[in-house]
Amino acid sequence: MTRAAASPRLAAHGVGHAYALRTVLAGIDFDLPAGRVAALVGPSGCGKTTLLHLVAGLLPLREGRIESDFATPACVFQQPRLLPWKSALHNIAFGLKAQGVARRERERRAHELGLRVGLAAEDLEKFPHQLSGGMQSRVALARALVMAPDLLLLDEPFSALDVGLKAELYALLAEHLAGRGMAVLMITHDLMEAVRLSDDVLVMAPDPGRIVARFELARPAASRDDAFVYHRTAELLQHAVVRESFGLPPLPAACTTPDGAAAGGLRVVARGGHPPPAHRGLQC
Amino acid sequence: MKAAARWLAGLPAYLWSGWGAAASLLLCLALWEWAAGLYGDLILPDPRAALATLAGLFADGSAWPELLVTARRALAGFALALAAGSVLGVAAGLSMTAAMMARPVVTVLIGTPPIAWLVLALLWFGAGDGTPVFTVFVAAFPVVFVGALQGARTVDGQLAELAAAYRVPLPMRLADVYLPHVLSYLFPAWITALGISWKVVVMAELLATSDGVGAALAVSRAHLDTAATLAWILAVVGLLLAVEYLLLEPVKREVERWRGAA
Repeated sequence: MTRAAASPRLAAHGVGHAYALRTVLAGIDFDLPAGRVAALVGPSGCGKTTLLHLVAGLLPLREGRIESDFATPACVFQQPRLLPWKSALHNIAFGLKAQGVARRERERRAHELGLRVGLAAEDLEKFPHQLSGGMQSRVALARALVMAPDLLLLDEPFSALDVGLKAELYALLAEHLAGRGMAVLMITHDLMEAVRLSDDVLVMAPDPGRIVARFELARPAASRDDAFVYHRTAELLQHAVVRESFGLPPLPAACTTPDGAAAGGLRVVARGGHPPPAHRGLQC
Repeated sequence: MKAAARWLAGLPAYLWSGWGAAASLLLCLALWEWAAGLYGDLILPDPRAALATLAGLFADGSAWPELLVTARRALAGFALALAAGSVLGVAAGLSMTAAMMARPVVTVLIGTPPIAWLVLALLWFGAGDGTPVFTVFVAAFPVVFVGALQGARTVDGQLAELAAAYRVPLPMRLADVYLPHVLSYLFPAWITALGISWKVVVMAELLATSDGVGAALAVSRAHLDTAATLAWILAVVGLLLAVEYLLLEPVKREVERWRGAA
C-alpha cells in the first residue's frame, strides 16, 4: 500500500503470449511510472494490441508478470465502440455508472467533460449514429477521461481520423495530461503521433512481438512544436533498428545516426536483443 | 414521464402516417364490394352487410364474450410462448453447441402444420382451454425462440470487451449492453408471434371448443350465414390491427428510438 501511495507504476516482466501455436509476444519488459507517457510503436501485426489487452486484463496472462498499482485504468479503443442505444451523454457516463456514481453526479460530470472535449450541448443528447466519426471519437475519449483515470490505455484511437481532427484531439489529450500525474500507455503505428505525445517510445518488432529499442524524448509534450515533431520523427526513422522493425530497406551507411548520438533530445536508452532461441522454434 | 411526453408529441405524426394504411385498406374494401356485386349475397355479401351484422353482434351483446374468450386463450398461449421462447432462445444463443442443436428442432417445429398439433392437442387435452392454448404456444414458440437465439448470438463482441475493460458489473452489463441488442431482435419476433397466435387460436376453437370466435364461425358456417362469418373475421382482424398499431408499434418505436430510421 505504501509503495502504491508513493508512486504507482505499471511494470511488465518477461510477458509473452501465444495464440494456439503462434507466438505473438515474447520477453516483453517495460516500466511505466505515474506521470509518464509511453508509446508502443511497431508495424501492424507485431502484437501491440495483444500487449495492451494483456495490460487491460482483457486477455488472461499466461507468461510473465504484469504489476500495476494503478487503481482506475481506462481504455480507449481503436473504434469508438459507443453503445448505439445510448445518447452521447450516457455513453460518456458509462464508466461512471459502472463505478456506481449517482445518476445526477455522473451526468453532471459527463456533461462538463463532453463540453470540454468540444461537443456542443445538443450533441450530447444525440445518439451515436447521429454523430460524425470525429464526434464519436471525442465521446470515446471523454468516456475514458471522465473517470479521472490514473492509467490511460490508448489503442490507436485516432488512426481513422483526418489530420485536422487528429491535431485537435492531440491538443486535447496533451492539455489533459499536463500536470495530472496520469500514466499513459498508447499504441500506434504512427511514429509522428508517438513523438508528439510520448516521453518514451518503445519500438516493437514482429515475429514474435518484442521490444527492440527504447527512445526517450526530453522536451515536455506541451512545449513540442511541429518542427520538433518532424525533426525527431525523421531522426527516429533513420535508426537502423526502427527501419528494420517496419521492414524499411536499410539506409546507406553514411546516413545512419549512430546510436546514442543524442541530437537534441532523442536518446536510445536500450536496445532489445533478438528473441530467446526457445521462441524461435515456435514460429511458423 | 419524458417517454410519455415524447409519445404524445409523436402521436399526431404517427396517426397522420396512418392515412397511407387507411387508403390501402379502403382499396381492399372497394375490391370486396366489386367482387360482392359480381357473385351475389350468398357467396360474398358486400362490406356494408358484413359491417351491419357485426354492429348487430355488438349491439345484442353476443360479440364481446366470444372475443374475450378468444383473446384470453390467444394471449395465454402467446404469453407462454413469449416467456419460454425468449428465455430458452437467449440461453441457447449463449452456447454455440446449444444453438447448433436447437436449429433442427426449431425447423421441425416451424415445419409441422398447426393443424397437426391441434389434432394431437385434442387427443391430449380434450375440448377445453388446454387445446387452443397449447396449439397457440406450439405455433408461436419457435418464432420467438429463433428471434431470441439470433439476438443472443449476434451480441457485439467489441461492446462486451468494452464492458469488461470498464469493469461493468453483471446486472448493468445485462441491462445496458446485452438487453437493448437482444430486444431489437425479440420485438419483431414478438409481433410476428402475436399475429400467429391470433390466427391459430381461431382455427383451434373452430375444431375444439364450443365457445370463442372460432366456435361462432363454426356455427355461422353451419347456418350458411356468410355475412356473420365475414363479420367475425372483421372483428378478429380489426382487433389484431388495433393491438399491433396502437400498442406494439408505438412501444417498438420508443424502444428502438436509437436506430433513428424514422
